[in-house]
Amino acid sequence: MAADSQLISRQPHKPKLAVWKFTSCDGCQLSLLDCEDELLLLGQEVEIAYFMEASSKVEEGPYDISLVEGSITTPADLLRIQEVRRQSKFLVSIGACATAGGIQALRNFADVVEFTSVVYAEPSYIHTLKESTPIAAHVPVDFELQGCPINKLQLLEVISAFLNSRAPQVSSHSVCIECKLKNNVCVWVAHGTPCMGPVTHAGCGALCPSYNRGCYACYGPKENPNGESLCHWWEQNLGADRSTVIENLRNFNSLSPHFKEISQDREHRQKGKS
Amino acid sequence: MAGKSKTIKVDYLARVEGEGALYIRYDDHGVHEVQLKIFEPPRFFEAFLRGRDYTEAPDITARICGICPVAYQMSALHAMENALGLVPTEPLRNLRRLLYCGEWIESHMLHISMLHAPDFLGYPNAVAMAKDHPEVVQRALEIKKTGNALVRLLGGREVHPINVRVGGFYRVPGLESFQALRPQLLEAHTLAELMTRWAAGLPFPHCEQSYECVALSNPSEYPMNEGRIVSNRGLDISVKDYEKHFREQQVPHSTALHSLLIERGAYLVGPMARYNLSYPQLSGEVRSLAEALGFRAPCNNPFKSIVVRCLEVLYALEEALRLIDTFQPPDEPYLAVEPREASGCAATEAPRGLLYHRYAMNEQGKITFAKIVAPTSQNQKTIEDDLRLMLPKFMHLPEQQLQGLCERAIRNYDPCISCSTHFLQLHLQHEPKRIS
Ligand code: SF4
Ligand code: SF4
Repeated sequence: MAADSQLISRQPHKPKLAVWKFTSCDGCQLSLLDCEDELLLLGQEVEIAYFMEASSKVEEGPYDISLVEGSITTPADLLRIQEVRRQSKFLVSIGACATAGGIQALRNFADVVEFTSVVYAEPSYIHTLKESTPIAAHVPVDFELQGCPINKLQLLEVISAFLNSRAPQVSSHSVCIECKLKNNVCVWVAHGTPCMGPVTHAGCGALCPSYNRGCYACYGPKENPNGESLCHWWEQNLGADRSTVIENLRNFNSLSPHFKEISQDREHRQKGKS
Repeated sequence: MAGKSKTIKVDYLARVEGEGALYIRYDDHGVHEVQLKIFEPPRFFEAFLRGRDYTEAPDITARICGICPVAYQMSALHAMENALGLVPTEPLRNLRRLLYCGEWIESHMLHISMLHAPDFLGYPNAVAMAKDHPEVVQRALEIKKTGNALVRLLGGREVHPINVRVGGFYRVPGLESFQALRPQLLEAHTLAELMTRWAAGLPFPHCEQSYECVALSNPSEYPMNEGRIVSNRGLDISVKDYEKHFREQQVPHSTALHSLLIERGAYLVGPMARYNLSYPQLSGEVRSLAEALGFRAPCNNPFKSIVVRCLEVLYALEEALRLIDTFQPPDEPYLAVEPREASGCAATEAPRGLLYHRYAMNEQGKITFAKIVAPTSQNQKTIEDDLRLMLPKFMHLPEQQLQGLCERAIRNYDPCISCSTHFLQLHLQHEPKRIS
């Protein structure tokens, strides 16, 4: 992906870019700062109007494009995301936290009060919501970019698509396809390693299989995944136990509707058995 | 006569990782209150790690922080290996050190160029600074890219690497792929020397503090993955005794937990602490440059930490080259291990300082307990102390400038607030009454 030519904006004025952080690890915004070769160019094409991690200059909204990282986990977040939406022409949620609740959404399947008392000596100070939720659960989102962390080239593609008033081209096929495109040996077929590749959204370039490791689905579900069948195969042919299967559905993207549904279904079946 | 009480209040600190705020109350007689407020929402890692498989700890704890994921992976791996009685072979140990070099380079360069340097030259960010000082920013980005390339090769990607596992690595890249990085590392080394010289010439506010520096220490090498925990005031303990000597405490004026040395109080972790304690273990080349620039250890001016970071980058680049040149492929990419009921702990040197993990697991290898103490929570009290001690000398400055200086004093630490798994959430409306 040649970022340089595509980044040239066709907008009449220099668009204002804002980067917002909710509950997250900062890794997705960092992907933007990791664009060593494109960052200064980007700085010429857009006005970095709000980006607290990188700049102490704060410009007033409205903003042409807002990148939102992180999930909603506090009462204050609930209000702030509404304000961000009001101020933004085009809102893109970036990363597993913003699109699927992130790792902190594991609380949604547990008791947050108990969680709080495990971590904090004075649980009464903690005003956190019972659930961690994706941005789209609260406001309309114009585009969702999956991944934990996102792929920085995909992020540049989304920004440049916006600058050129076209739809972002982010493939929605599976990690398996990326694996084939890379000529990787399939870790499942060759070594019997359980792999989430068949149901996982492309974007990482099939990293884990390239390093002899099964995919753990950090990019979340692909379009139209068949997770039911995958879990069945894991259990029947690879001897994975049900809790391992559930753990793989419930890590960084546990609230993606498909993963959530199958993990709950497996959990019920597991409970039914015991 | 008592002067009118004034306040400095910064609602959202810029150019730090994560969300924090600052509140200071002072008058002509002195500083009455300093609160570094962390309002990063809790993410409950220690709670939800329970029940997960021990093999998942490195992948999950990496998500505590996108800036220093390798640090979390290293501490988690070593703690799990400590629990299971697994000792990585020399070649595996060297590869981990190489990976850590990559993270030190990229994380330090990010802080030096994008978060810290703009402060000294009066710019709001690196992009604005690049207009007038393009060579400095481009140089920094080149060096950072080299760190990223190392992490990418060994870890798969810069943020949340995927290649480390308890016992070793999933796959060890071939020697030729490391060799291929040599020219880039050499080039980065030249640039890092220029960068260090440039940083040493920045205008530093006069500010000498007296710290209890705490870091890992080894007799024969600059600390990264292991060592004893030592201080310049006589502390010398093994990592397993960490919790006997350090504890976290809630202080009356803040809702955030502070980490303290029992019966001693605040202490400093991070590049300056490492530098001051392990200066002799740096290479001769790094030491001669430091001496030529007048930066021999100890360094006790927190504003000069930018130079110390540059020197650590230079060291990490040299160390990476040395590790590549002496590379011995491990017999196996990882040591096999069976889970059993066990517990263990480890500390490693994250770019921002000591990072301590402790876990327990059951027979099936499911985690039953997790404790993580991040560098920022350890430095939090020292950051406040810095402000308290520094401010009286600068009270004559116009408020705007004073506020800027306070924010800079915090940025000196490169505080990674997202890492602060232990911080309590803060409600700004519960602030003490303001008399401004
Ligand atoms: S999605 Fe992953 S990388 Fe992105 S902010 Fe959340 S935890 Fe960090
Ligand atoms: S877990 Fe899957 S999606 Fe994530 S990096 Fe590995 S292969 Fe890619």
